Amino acid sequence: MMAPLLQIAAMFSLLSLLAFGGGAAVLPDMQRQAVEVHHWVTSREFLDMFALSRAIPPGSMIVVLIGQQAAGILGGLVALLAMFGPSSLLAFAVGRLWHRAGGAVWRETLEQALAPVSIGVTIASGIALARSTEHDWATYAVTAATTLLLALTRLHPLSVMGAGAVFLTVAGG
Amino acid sequence: MANRSTPGPPSLATLFLSFLTIGSTSFGGGLLGWIRRELVERRRWIDDQQFLVCYGLSQMVPGATNVNLSVIIGTQLRGVPGALAAVAGLLLVPLAILLALGTLYFAAHGVPGSRLINAALAGAGAAAIGFNLATGIRLAQHNVRRVGPALVAGAIIIGIGIMRIPLLEVLLVMLPASLAVTLAERAR
Repeated sequence: MMAPLLQIAAMFSLLSLLAFGGGAAVLPDMQRQAVEVHHWVTSREFLDMFALSRAIPPGSMIVVLIGQQAAGILGGLVALLAMFGPSSLLAFAVGRLWHRAGGAVWRETLEQALAPVSIGVTIASGIALARSTEHDWATYAVTAATTLLLALTRLHPLSVMGAGAVFLTVAGG
Repeated sequence: MANRSTPGPPSLATLFLSFLTIGSTSFGGGLLGWIRRELVERRRWIDDQQFLVCYGLSQMVPGATNVNLSVIIGTQLRGVPGALAAVAGLLLVPLAILLALGTLYFAAHGVPGSRLINAALAGAGAAAIGFNLATGIRLAQHNVRRVGPALVAGAIIIGIGIMRIPLLEVLLVMLPASLAVTLAERAR
């Protein structure tokens, strides 16, 4: 029982530190390790798990299912801790360093420089995600309509997202 | 540490509940939008400028960006306990639901195939992408008002969104570029 837990902890902590730009960056590596190296899940199961976990926040939650398959619920929890722990420690260190810098001039300059980069990445990630997951007019229409409605009105996001789900169920189902 | 006209730091319980709400509402995606809506618009614990800085820092660290963001904001508001409260609140409901889904999946030996469920998930996902895009546009309205920063944001949108250059490579070029633009503007 200990061996798979240790393997799970080791593998996901490593992936945690390699996931630049978010968990999606290490998905191919995760698949190779879980399917071909450790034989915890089959290729088919990996895809099913990806589909099941895709809508669950905050992303990368597929690791829980892989861990669960490899070593039960404890395995799932170990995978979660390993995937989010090391990167969270890094984030904590960076955030604290930033906070300690107080009103230093270099910090203000960097903050000003960071703002347009963050905004660019936010919009670019949305476009890239839409292009890799959407393949028909109805899906694109939902994304475009949601973007406009939520940018320009005070509608509640849940109502707009619900409408998107209903629309695609009717139009695409 | 200046509080920039925001109310005092929240209690750990309030912080936990806030992130519990975020984690429970963001199924299907749009997490970034939910975090900004709750912390900046509703609670006013941080302003847009602080949110952007925290988000920028969370992108430069490896790992799930939204978890990093929760750690950094939680730390800023209430130190280490704040970071733990934020992440615990964020993960509690999604984790419980995922473990339940996983148990069902292993019991049923597969996903009970349903075209309707898949279509609804695709619709919510497409709308969630729109929510994140709208969040980016709202942030841009308040924070990108001059030509230099607009060019930086535009170049990143084209580089990652259209040309599909990996994020890390874009950051390595555009962070120094944005810094140069900022310094040039400050020098004037």
